[in-house]
Amino acid sequence: MPTRKIASAQSLVENMPSATTVGADVERPSGFVEWETASTGWLAEIFASRDLLFMLAWREIKLKYKQSVMGFFWAILMPALIITAGVLVKYGYASLSGKTLNSSDLVGVAVRSVPWAFFVASIRFGSLSLIGNSNLVTKVYMPRAIFPIAAVVSQLMDLCVAAVVLAVLLAFTGTPLTPHILWLPILLAITVVFVTGVAIFLSGATLFFRDVKYIVEVVITFAIFFTPVFYDVSMFGKWARVLLLNPLAPLLEGISAVVLGHPLPIGGWVVYSAVMALVAFVGSLALFRRMEPYFAESI
Amino acid sequence: MSAYVGPVLAMEHVSKKFRRGEIHDSLRDLVPALVGRFARRKAPSDVLRKKEFWALDDISFAVNRGEAVGIVGSNGAGKSTILKMLTRILRPTHGTVRVRGRLSALIEVGAGFHPDLTGRENVFLNGTIMGMRRAEIRRKLDEIVEFAGLAEFLDTPVKRYSSGMYARLGFAVAAHVEPDLLIVDEVLSVGDHVFQQKCLDRMTRVLKDGTTVLFVSHNLRAVADLCPRSILLEKGRILADGATAEVLRSYVGREQKQGSDQRDSVELQEVVLRDASGESVRFESGDCAYVDVTTVARRDVRDLAIIVEIADDRFRPIFETCCARLNEGESASLSAGEHLGCTFELDLHLAAGTYHVNVYAYQYSTNRAMSTWRSAASFLIGQTRFAEGHVNLYPRLGRYAVGTAPTY
Repeated sequence: MPTRKIASAQSLVENMPSATTVGADVERPSGFVEWETASTGWLAEIFASRDLLFMLAWREIKLKYKQSVMGFFWAILMPALIITAGVLVKYGYASLSGKTLNSSDLVGVAVRSVPWAFFVASIRFGSLSLIGNSNLVTKVYMPRAIFPIAAVVSQLMDLCVAAVVLAVLLAFTGTPLTPHILWLPILLAITVVFVTGVAIFLSGATLFFRDVKYIVEVVITFAIFFTPVFYDVSMFGKWARVLLLNPLAPLLEGISAVVLGHPLPIGGWVVYSAVMALVAFVGSLALFRRMEPYFAESI
Repeated sequence: MSAYVGPVLAMEHVSKKFRRGEIHDSLRDLVPALVGRFARRKAPSDVLRKKEFWALDDISFAVNRGEAVGIVGSNGAGKSTILKMLTRILRPTHGTVRVRGRLSALIEVGAGFHPDLTGRENVFLNGTIMGMRRAEIRRKLDEIVEFAGLAEFLDTPVKRYSSGMYARLGFAVAAHVEPDLLIVDEVLSVGDHVFQQKCLDRMTRVLKDGTTVLFVSHNLRAVADLCPRSILLEKGRILADGATAEVLRSYVGREQKQGSDQRDSVELQEVVLRDASGESVRFESGDCAYVDVTTVARRDVRDLAIIVEIADDRFRPIFETCCARLNEGESASLSAGEHLGCTFELDLHLAAGTYHVNVYAYQYSTNRAMSTWRSAASFLIGQTRFAEGHVNLYPRLGRYAVGTAPTY
């Protein structure tokens, strides 16, 4: 049988510019991917896929607002429910302790509930983002980290809508606008970094272990008790420190304070949150990168 | 960049291990798995644990710029695994995969299409998934829509599309990616004849532009038309790598020979398909083909005839002849050990396609096939410009008039 085997794969490949010898003088256009060393441009690759990231986030937003009758109301519904629950809790607490309920308490709950709703939705959709796109994960190559990132980005849209509504509400109640509000973008940025890190980790974990999905549900259901949404950590006296170990707690405390016109409290704890956010983000990216090659066959 | 000549794609000693059945899917299995991983922290072993198998075993090949290479093989031979490794969806267990340049894979037509989004929206979504920039898609949108022929449905949600329209839109996007390296996996089976021809034309043009094409297909004719070189895979190994005609012949040859059974009283020993100059698998419409059949009798048989049947690519018989009929009703009687050899000459007035030759040793007195050899040989008919279907009736245009009144 006239079978012509490749003379020797080795000899053919020797003529090829090696992917490891990257140099200015080596005429080697980008995109020469060697499987074993493809890691070099991993972050650059995610950045290069920003158009795709945008389109995936846009798809989520578009679908949510296109098909559902509720449309933009979705963005407000979740915070609104949390606020209602918060008001009930506050009211119960006030009537128990005999204190009067003042409006700033209620506004505080409203301010905290918006980033909390963002956190919950991002984690929920982020952790499902890979298994929900399994046909893409198994059929087309792309840096898979963009799936959880896109899930978070699409939730940012809801955050913006809710924030606008909240701003109107605050203006209505006559909350003063002070220069302390300038802390808000920083606090939000830390929140987004933290949320993205957690979402990236959970998306990969859910892909390998389906039960993570249920654990996430349970945790985000009860996490509201361990996060200062309905309450201030100051109410817990010496136990406040324990509550502040939750990286979200200092952020919510901070956001609530600066939005209501107070100076940023517990600056040290905010730094702690920032460090934790960075650790979560970098750590999950590193883990994600190591596990990514096994996604297609494990999903 | 244009100065570079040489492999744009290479696999070096690539192997891939797969596991049958469940992989640990719940946290309960995580702990043993992690313990196991830390216990032996080294490269994946060559030893197959239970339920494991090699989907690819030591595959090496290289493809040069501008080459078109077909990959053929039966189901489970490892074709898709190779494509998935080239596209970085799967990671090889051993070995290295090198790809140079922008790679686009038509593995999944319409990847990421969402039924609730309109055609236009899906073009953008799918385009970015295939690796295009948004600005690029905006520039090519008209061209894409025109190629798909769906201009009036552009703002309709794709859930209202027929499956053909869906596939056409998907292929149209994919065809406009302009990669350096195009990987095509069985996607030409979508759409009608006209659209398939359009796709083949597009691929031919892409090839002319210097794009490297890797084409995986069961459609031997399309492989033969498009790719001068082919690789034959079987059970994860490369069986043959070379000129398409030769590779296809060994592919076809390998699939046969399950025919004869020791209990048959007549054995079909050899079937050779050739043209005037020698063994061949590729013919042009109208060529003369010779089918040499050799049989041997194991016992005394009477009233024996050889039947040759031509079947189309779906193994539907389209033609049949018999040596007894050709020999004025004279059938053969053989004593044990005697041979019967005959050559059938067939004028292949067939349309382009893949055809199979089935051979039977038949006994008219009992109306029984004493021995059967399906697909004893297969062959291709090259492009016929004016004929589709099975036969070539050599159509000509006798009269062609455009006018206000019918003229006869």
